[in-house]
Amino acid sequence: MNNLAPLGAEMPVWAKEDEGFHVPYWVFQREDVLEMENERLFQGETWNYMCLEAELQSPGDFVAVHVGETPVIVTRDHDGEIYAFENRCSHRGSLLALEDRGNVKDFTCVYHAWTHSLQGDLVGIAFKDGIGGKGGMEKDFCMNSVGPRKLRVANVDGLIFGSFDEDVDDIEDYLGEEVLDRIHRVLEGRKMVVLGRFTQVLPNNWKLYVENTKDSYHASILHTFFTTFELNRLSQKGGIIVSPNGGCHVSYSEIDQVAEAEKAKNTIYSDQNIRSQSDLQLADKSLLASFKEFDDDITLQILTVFPGFVLQQIQNSIAVRQVLPKGTDEMHLKWTYIGFEDDTTEQRRARLKLSNLIGPGGYVSMEDGCIGGFVRRGTKGASDNNAVLEMGGRSIEGGDDRITEASIRGFWAEYRMRMGL
Amino acid sequence: MNIHVRQAEVSALISAAQARYVREIDDGDCTAWPNFFVDDCFYTITSADNYAQNLEAGLVWLDSKDMLRDRILSLLEANVYERHSYRHMIGQPFVGELEGDEVDSEASFMVARITREGPTDLFATGRYIDRYRIAGDEAKIVSRTVVLDSNQIDTLLGFPL
Repeated sequence: MNNLAPLGAEMPVWAKEDEGFHVPYWVFQREDVLEMENERLFQGETWNYMCLEAELQSPGDFVAVHVGETPVIVTRDHDGEIYAFENRCSHRGSLLALEDRGNVKDFTCVYHAWTHSLQGDLVGIAFKDGIGGKGGMEKDFCMNSVGPRKLRVANVDGLIFGSFDEDVDDIEDYLGEEVLDRIHRVLEGRKMVVLGRFTQVLPNNWKLYVENTKDSYHASILHTFFTTFELNRLSQKGGIIVSPNGGCHVSYSEIDQVAEAEKAKNTIYSDQNIRSQSDLQLADKSLLASFKEFDDDITLQILTVFPGFVLQQIQNSIAVRQVLPKGTDEMHLKWTYIGFEDDTTEQRRARLKLSNLIGPGGYVSMEDGCIGGFVRRGTKGASDNNAVLEMGGRSIEGGDDRITEASIRGFWAEYRMRMGL
Repeated sequence: MNIHVRQAEVSALISAAQARYVREIDDGDCTAWPNFFVDDCFYTITSADNYAQNLEAGLVWLDSKDMLRDRILSLLEANVYERHSYRHMIGQPFVGELEGDEVDSEASFMVARITREGPTDLFATGRYIDRYRIAGDEAKIVSRTVVLDSNQIDTLLGFPL
């Protein structure tokens, strides 16, 4: 009998009845869980955001990205189509692309010059037939028999997603109609341009950040920029949409025109008595100057796609965020700030100013950079305890209330289903 | 005045401004930070990759002295983060030729971060790409583009670089 097995060698049991409202902390801590995630989520039947179509303008353009922890190359070939395959040479496994982006005619490995096409097929082997009849590959070696794994590719309004599993649902079904509509709302028919890219290194498990983006309950509590400076003067209403499987969501708020009209009627009285509750004022409010961009009154829309993608609209600040695990205790959050080709100079300037709200140093997002680390540190030694996610009940239904953890529970529901946990 | 003497004088003014700047942001509370800038100043923090590709967005993107003031006010009054401080090492400025009362200057920097429970970490390296205006015996920043060598920012970026 082997009684030398390390403590906790076997994965603990997560009770079925906990659904997504009790989440044990070991899920964020264990190496074997991460291994399972790479296999069953990131390489399983899921859609993973890879890049923007705008980053692949011409044939030969490529970007080197990650799907989970797996390095991937996304290209545009001369047929105009977008392809994706592992960034791994067929021969001995070296990286094929050593730059983040560029334009190439093929991918020739620096190690032994095995050449791969823009679609990821092995098309050439240095000294394949040897020299002077000596050396070389066996005559029956078939170049089609090896090669980096290819991903299925989907393009949603210029967002390029990839899946390692051919059997994954079509992306429209994966997202569900309501979430898809909300992507269309921001991006449909528009030509994006990249305004900037930043990578934020967070000292926590990737799922803690995903929970944070789905957590509409924390927003006004943790992030006090707007309340401190009393910048939320307009009455807001909003709600949450959760996709059928639970893992994708939209949280939004919009100006409540009915309440505003009501307020306007009463200003004759309230004007007499307007007094700021705090003395703190922004000296330059042009920071928040926004312009009419959408046909509705939605000022904020955070949209996630399972497992690790975020599309953000905060007024006119549009960005995508990609969540990438780096071991159990670290992750990269890749921000891409977005504008559109037909932006006027003033509109572009407004986007650049509003981007002070977001990113690693953003007025309303900097707190999200440290909160996951606080949870990681707080839960050391508490692997078998669990987080309580019962705000707004235990279901994963959306609604017109944002004081709820429904979309986080939805994430865990889909996570458990796909992980078999 | 001899042009070389004037040039040396300008370099000395910029060095002195740099020394005062770093003392204020590392050992002061940053409230005087905007005073190192002219009123219609520009301040941004970006990465070498973004800068090389002419991508405009910044981690911080401020185009008035009031916005600099607001940044400090928000950090002191509104934002939530674990107690930490930065320590800057700024290299000698590489000062260009005076054009009227303005001059371009560049300086490299290293910044260490000291967090409440943590050790001293190397947080960032990079360079300042600056334009100064010389008024009397003072050099004030018209424009400062902070170009980080790496595209990766650990945890969060709070106080000014």
